[in-house]
Amino acid sequence: MDRFRRFLVSDHAAGWAFILPSVILIVVFGLIPIVWGLILSFQKAGLISPEREWVGLGNYAKIASDPKARQAALNTITYTLLFVPTSILASLFIAHALNRKIAFVHFYRLAVFIPVVTSTIATGIMFLWLFDKNYGLANWLLGKIGLGPFGFFEDPNQAMIALVLMTVWGWLGFDTIIYLAALQGVPQELIEAASIDGSSRWSTFWRVTWPMLGPATLLLVVWSTISALQLFDEVFFVTHGGPLGRTSVVVFYVYRLAFEQGLGSLSLAGYAAAIAYVLFLVILMLTLAQFWLGRRVVHYSS
Amino acid sequence: MSAVTEAPVELVRPDPRSLAGETGMVERPRRRLLPFDPWHLFLLPLAAVMLLPLLWMVVTSLETEAQTFHFPPILWPGTPQFGNYLDVIRDSAFTRWFWNTTVVTVTVVASNLVLCTLAAYAFARIRFLGRAFIYFVILATLMVPLQVVLIPTFLLVKDLGLLDRLGALVVPNLVNVFGIFLLTQFFRTLPIDLEEAARIDGASRLSILLRIVVPLSLPALATLAVIQFLWTWNDFLWPLVTILTNQDAFTLQLGLATFQGSHQTQWHLVAAANLMSMVPMIVLFLLAQRYFVRGIATQGLKG
Repeated sequence: MDRFRRFLVSDHAAGWAFILPSVILIVVFGLIPIVWGLILSFQKAGLISPEREWVGLGNYAKIASDPKARQAALNTITYTLLFVPTSILASLFIAHALNRKIAFVHFYRLAVFIPVVTSTIATGIMFLWLFDKNYGLANWLLGKIGLGPFGFFEDPNQAMIALVLMTVWGWLGFDTIIYLAALQGVPQELIEAASIDGSSRWSTFWRVTWPMLGPATLLLVVWSTISALQLFDEVFFVTHGGPLGRTSVVVFYVYRLAFEQGLGSLSLAGYAAAIAYVLFLVILMLTLAQFWLGRRVVHYSS
Repeated sequence: MSAVTEAPVELVRPDPRSLAGETGMVERPRRRLLPFDPWHLFLLPLAAVMLLPLLWMVVTSLETEAQTFHFPPILWPGTPQFGNYLDVIRDSAFTRWFWNTTVVTVTVVASNLVLCTLAAYAFARIRFLGRAFIYFVILATLMVPLQVVLIPTFLLVKDLGLLDRLGALVVPNLVNVFGIFLLTQFFRTLPIDLEEAARIDGASRLSILLRIVVPLSLPALATLAVIQFLWTWNDFLWPLVTILTNQDAFTLQLGLATFQGSHQTQWHLVAAANLMSMVPMIVLFLLAQRYFVRGIATQGLKG
């Protein structure tokens, strides 16, 4: 009894009492699904029906011969290759432009940051209307300079580009905030020193500022790649994978297999879970590779 | 290239009118060709492009249905139709969605503030058995996004009987690992002397946390609150899979998505509903911009 009382007032008991509610919730809603998902990926299972048949690696083998999975993978890669460089280069330039004391700079920053708090659905609604084939403002404005009219989300060849433009609009503020913080961490003395040595603005930027932005760039490359590979909301709401499956990305295909094939026996939840795990593996390996590459290129200053 | 760009800069006389710069900015004295900073020529069009989708929503929300279907577009309605906003509130479940989203968001933010503070304080300050291991395992779950575990998490919530209820949106989000990480990092930067003195005076862990640590951590707590608010208010994927048929449990994002689907030819109403759904988020952003900025900058530390 005495020993028990000593435990109750000990640091061990106090520590566990503080973390216990969080740990229970994280085990239930964080860890259990990870294990459950893995088990599910080895089963032939629907979403609602209780019948589960063990198929081993069958689901994984099936992915290779599924043309729709291949299309989803290709679309996801295309999207990522377009989205990541576009958003990062644009935000670098914008952060550079915003990092100065000029009139209205607070207004300019606000204009760039506001899309950060705009939801994916609100963004989708705005761009569906802006990019409307018949009545959209975009076609009217582009027509003024002799371009178009464009079908945007309704044109199989333009839907992916329109999707990239829309999501870049939504993400620019996030990337710009990170670059702006990094730019403000570059010591002014370094830039002045380079300028006194007769270095031009252009070469000062590439030789002094750009190397110091290394950690921020690495972070944004990793972060944007991860989120690009997980794209879902915009595709579900704006294009629903169309037209002709040209914007059907991996997470959208997973959702479709598990939830849209009817919640009954037609649902391919096991197969969908296998695809989700392959995606996770790809994300994990890409992230590790990017950090490994980054370590060799990026210089961290303390 | 360098031969062209590396012009002999020292020949240009310093311009006394140029402003002293912020740290790290690339600004150098030079002759002015324009009566204003040439960067305005880039920043002003940029701001216009960034604000265009929003401004066009505002214009559309004030037009009549006929005006929205006019090409070339009518850039300003003669008489603004503020009634469109009332029509949305009257004729749809908009207030219901708004209320549901508010309840879910406020509950999730409040619970995260409490649970993350407790856990983070233990991880930062208390030495207990398994601390490092548990902290590592918890942080590792951050690597796995919802998209990957969507199906098993759905099955779990279904087995708990939460489907089609607001509880499905609240319970799995009561605590967020990112919040624990954010606050643990912050608590570790606080000076420990005050806490030690209080401990010697016989104060309990809980009263130290409430009376000393929390008052010193208000900026970090505000950052967590606004970021969590943003995530919960704008979440779409999780409500989409868990609120299946019960329209009474729709959130704003779900409601907007179905509203747009069923009112495809009534853009003036869709625009009004969309703008109203964004108001709380934009107001919060204007009030707490620096906490958002800080929160985004720390999300960077997460990786």
